Amino acid sequence: MRKVDLASEIYEKVGISKKEAAEIVELVLSVVKTTLQKGETVKIAGFGNFVVRNKRARKGRNPKTGEEIGITPRKVVTFRPSQVFKKYVNK
Amino acid sequence: MTKAELIERVSEQIHTLTKRQTEIIVNAVFNSIKDTLAGGEKIEIRGFGSFRLRQRRSREGRNPKTGSPVAVPAKRVPFFKAGKELKELVDH
Repeated sequence: MRKVDLASEIYEKVGISKKEAAEIVELVLSVVKTTLQKGETVKIAGFGNFVVRNKRARKGRNPKTGEEIGITPRKVVTFRPSQVFKKYVNK
Repeated sequence: MTKAELIERVSEQIHTLTKRQTEIIVNAVFNSIKDTLAGGEKIEIRGFGSFRLRQRRSREGRNPKTGSPVAVPAKRVPFFKAGKELKELVDH
């Protein structure tokens, strides 16, 4: 499933125009993105939390050559699914 | 940010719908993602990321209180992988 499929599913479920459905999907994604960009957690009840985590610098290895390389500290997004979501996919 | 705040923010930018309507639609977005995964299909959103299920094997766990072994059944867990654009936005 891709973004367009998501929008058309919304359009079928709720009585709004296709354009509005696509617009809302786009807006939801962009608000989530800009919030995460600020380093803020996004909590969606019944779905899960998007959290920005800080990773420390560490040493890695090029798996091909075995050469040791430094990995710089960075921020990554992780998603923690809610209990509801976890149960839902195992029904 | 909570879902209520997300709905508020989205609603501010959509003037053709009431807040209540926006709320229903935002909920539908997340429900669609859940239903798609539950149906065994994955979701890929360009610039944002992808959702898919990961398989966990059954394993032997322990009751932390009594220490007695318990069987933890195999299960599927939702997994999100951030897309390139989101990764870059966050790690600035």
